Amino acid sequence: MSEHETINITLKVWRQNGPEDSGRFETIPVADVDTHSSFLEMLDFLNEKLILEDKEPIEFDNDCREGICGTCGIMVNGIPHGHGKGMTVCQLHMREFDDGDTIVVEPFRARAYKVIQDLMVDRSPLEKIIQAGGYISVNTGGAPDGNAVPVAQEKSEEAMDAAACIGCGACVASCPNASAMLFVSAKVSQFALLPQGRAEANTRVLSMLQEMDACGFGNCTNHRVCEAACPKEVSITHIARFNREFLKASLFGRMPMGE
Amino acid sequence: MNGYITFLFSSSIGKKLLMAVTGLCLIGFLAMHLLGNTMAYAGATAFNDYAKKLHSLEPYFTVFNIGLLTIGLVHILIGVILFFENLRARPRKYEVFKNPGGMTFGSRTMPYTGILILIFVIMHLLKFTFVDKSVIPIYQQMAATFANPGWVLMYVVAMVIVAFHISHGFWSLFQTFGINHPRYTPLIMRLGLVVTLVIGIGFGILPVYLLIIA
Ligand code: HEM
Ligand code: FES
Repeated sequence: MSEHETINITLKVWRQNGPEDSGRFETIPVADVDTHSSFLEMLDFLNEKLILEDKEPIEFDNDCREGICGTCGIMVNGIPHGHGKGMTVCQLHMREFDDGDTIVVEPFRARAYKVIQDLMVDRSPLEKIIQAGGYISVNTGGAPDGNAVPVAQEKSEEAMDAAACIGCGACVASCPNASAMLFVSAKVSQFALLPQGRAEANTRVLSMLQEMDACGFGNCTNHRVCEAACPKEVSITHIARFNREFLKASLFGRMPMGE
Repeated sequence: MNGYITFLFSSSIGKKLLMAVTGLCLIGFLAMHLLGNTMAYAGATAFNDYAKKLHSLEPYFTVFNIGLLTIGLVHILIGVILFFENLRARPRKYEVFKNPGGMTFGSRTMPYTGILILIFVIMHLLKFTFVDKSVIPIYQQMAATFANPGWVLMYVVAMVIVAFHISHGFWSLFQTFGINHPRYTPLIMRLGLVVTLVIGIGFGILPVYLLIIA
């Protein structure tokens, strides 16, 4: 934590010109970083400088910059989104660092995530898993009557906690096995807990699991790192529910589509 | 139907469930083995009689052993498959990787402690199972082995390794079965620590005891 208004840091940042490039680390000193700026703003300032010097700016994903969209995601000193608890890298501030720090910046790494350029990775396998079953097939019509389908308070709270997942994919990045279980389990949970989601529960869990495995994510070994790294602090109790839903579905379910 | 069953068992959660079921059976076996070992404190005659009685319980004895072997082989085979799949899931390692919380020494070393246990089990079987017990009874062979501090040290180290494997495995298998509850999970973790210590110390103390009385 820095008390200063500005600090000088050194970035050791991953540079990769495209998916086929083998990539390398580049060490870039960054002087006079405003400690009130966010981590991504620091990268913006650096990029402006790089452009003025006729150099390639560092590519990184971002959108809302307020921790709600899940577009950003970078490894900062070996932790997805940096070391702050329950925050995205767009919410990480430079005052968290000290003058003279060297910060290692890497893209999220997994076989399922292809690096597009520098720190920008293709996280579309997560979308594919959603397409495989992360929805309910009902005609929603107009706004339904609030209490037409009763839902217990604890259930709705838990479903909301699961739905807090912004799909940034930090769980995969942090997992020593590059497993996507926390993400998929949150998406399975948010439907499994609610009556509207029960109808397709069995096919959903099997289809999403099948897609998850097909995308090349690793297997969960219950390290619990994902839970600690998740910017929305999604709990691994959802992974346990995913496992339960799998058990239920394997007994009563049918083969997912595509086989 | 065939494809469905294959899909279930080859899926990542299916494999994990096989690990958990077989792991639980192996812990159950260790509990029985530990109970049996306590006969050694009753002396040579009691232990030798117990061993003879156990081996005379045919056909149950053979059926049990084949079952245990199968369970062990499934656990090892799937464990190895998971290990390589997980290695492959991140072909390029991080330059810097930090544990933001959660990972333990036990969880990090599961495949390695597993392989070391396998090596130990093979050695242990060669030492005490596949030997001629008609001339020198098993208690006397055991006592002779553990009169040597080298063997005692080796067994104690092996039990520490088993303890680390269980320190993660016990809690982990409940999670894999889908049992995770804000109230009970901390209890399960504490129980896991107790099981770890009972198994580690319980098995480790016998060679030390035999060395002392030798
Ligand atoms: C013989 C050699 C052994 C090997 C190679 C081995 C390997 C492994 C591996 C790699 C895992 C992690 C699997 C995963 O997290 O998905 C594991 C889990 C486990 N092992 Fe072993 N193991 C061996 C022996 C044992 C023994 C003797 C026991 C019994 C005490 C045991 C109990 C467990 C348990 C309870 C788990 C947790 C299952 C889960 O997370 O669902 N293992 N083993
Ligand atoms: S940019 Fe939207 S969460 Fe960070």
